[in-house]
Amino acid sequence: MTRLRIDLEKPLGDFSLKISEELNIDTVLGVLGHNGAGKTTLLRLLAGLDRTERGVIEFGGSAWLDTSHSIFVPPHKRRIGMVFQDARLFPHLTVAGNLNFAANRAVGQLLPRAEVIKTLGLEGLLARRPAGLSGGERQRVALARALMSGPQLLLLDEPLSAADMGYRVELLPYLRQVIDRFKIPTLYVAHTLDELTQLADQLLVLRGGSCAALGSVTEVLAQLDLPEVAGREAASSMITAQVTAHDPDYQLTSLAFGGQSLSLSGLVASPGDKVRIRVFATDIAIALEKPEAISIRNVLPAVVSEIRIDTLSPFADVLIAVGGQSLRVRMTRASLNELKITTSQQVFALLKTASLASG
Amino acid sequence: MNIDWQAFLLTTQLAGLTVVILLLVATPLAWWLAHSRRAWVGWVEALVALPLVLPPTVMGFYLLLLFAPDSGPGAWWFSLTGEPLNFSFTGLVIASAIYSLPFATQPIQGAFSSVGEGVLEAGATLGASPLDRFFRLALPLSRRGYLTAAVLVFAHTLGEFGVVLMIGGNIPGETRVVSVALYEAVETLNYGSAHTMAAILMGFSFVVLLTVYGLNRRFAFRLGSGA
Repeated sequence: MTRLRIDLEKPLGDFSLKISEELNIDTVLGVLGHNGAGKTTLLRLLAGLDRTERGVIEFGGSAWLDTSHSIFVPPHKRRIGMVFQDARLFPHLTVAGNLNFAANRAVGQLLPRAEVIKTLGLEGLLARRPAGLSGGERQRVALARALMSGPQLLLLDEPLSAADMGYRVELLPYLRQVIDRFKIPTLYVAHTLDELTQLADQLLVLRGGSCAALGSVTEVLAQLDLPEVAGREAASSMITAQVTAHDPDYQLTSLAFGGQSLSLSGLVASPGDKVRIRVFATDIAIALEKPEAISIRNVLPAVVSEIRIDTLSPFADVLIAVGGQSLRVRMTRASLNELKITTSQQVFALLKTASLASG
Repeated sequence: MNIDWQAFLLTTQLAGLTVVILLLVATPLAWWLAHSRRAWVGWVEALVALPLVLPPTVMGFYLLLLFAPDSGPGAWWFSLTGEPLNFSFTGLVIASAIYSLPFATQPIQGAFSSVGEGVLEAGATLGASPLDRFFRLALPLSRRGYLTAAVLVFAHTLGEFGVVLMIGGNIPGETRVVSVALYEAVETLNYGSAHTMAAILMGFSFVVLLTVYGLNRRFAFRLGSGA
């Protein structure tokens, strides 16, 4: 757990970044916001690449910035690793040369080079020049290079957003491995939820330069008043569960959480594993009575805890409590009215097995 | 046949020295021009580029006045060394450096600009200090700019005539460069040696350019595509 205290103010065109938070970064803090919300500026201020007239940044026990005491630690002394949207590799050096550039300037303990190379699958690329690499390969090299500099804080600025969508799928597992293996506190900026639900454990939502929400991913996803997490594709919840059994015949995995059980397909995990599952709000249905003879395997008793109606759309979002966790359900306003669903009401949540994606 | 080898030697020395001096002088100047956001950058840029458009005789005339040992910089130099700047090799080197300044500054400035802020920022986040960034990133990424600058300055000094004649005159071993020697050969209707000198100069220039373009091709890496 690393403490990062920020108190920053910086004018940005027609609004200003104004954020004062005490962040405890365990593994990955996701920074979410629409384009122009100030996400990249926040990262650049943390890196020391941008400056501001008024602000404080304290990382661990040391002050990186304190304008009232004229403290400004330049970027090359902050011990950060940054990965930009564009990889920014050094074109005159080979992949190995790029890694060496970082390693030669690293302070303190170095991550084992061979392990970094292996984790990011760069074995075959070391002698190549950046110009000959694909977009995904470049980002892998950029990530390895950042790791080789021995960072105490990783700043990832939408590393999956550039170039083609194809390499999102290719890069995600690498990111996952880097996070799991090297355990470096990370700030991960993104403008869509997809990667963050898979990588982050905390979320900071930036809107118009200010903090709109901060908390665990589960908490933030369950906030019905956040447009950033309520989009048609985005609205979802996270369930943390434990694998109890795997049925190889039906190819279904059983999970347990808070006294409830779930059945799920397409999960690669063994009994005892803890998994995080993302359930989309549109993939849950609500029944007032327990349905009999139904093909849906997951029917869970739940209590309605919150209702939010958006009169500008056909939909309403309902938050239900299941086994101690919150699930977001999206239904039409018409259904909500016909079923007369109210808060504190006992209902049943119907989850399709196929709709549960592990993350 | 009367070939003035001394003139060739002198010309090569003058051009070589001018290249060395200008690469050193133009580097900080080009860096500042490429990175400064001050309003008066344009003024400095225009001033540096003046020799590109001025007739050499205009430059030569002003330099002649500045170098005169009775006042200004010329007097300061005279009191320091006991020798006048006018009609001396040193004066010629200084004049060449001023006259060829844009040929060194512009390619290097262009190269610095195309290195881009992004790569330098990446270097900073990897722990490289500003000086480290300059020597390990900006300089190697600008080598084509330096090559172009060196060749242009060398070739330009080789072909210099007007300025030399104005401030250097025609002193063998001191200020008589090939172009002046060639002019004199023609004036004295010594067409034989004029032919030889002209041919050597042309052949030499061609070989230099050929080498440079060849090297340039080998140096080529696609800038920016690493981004």
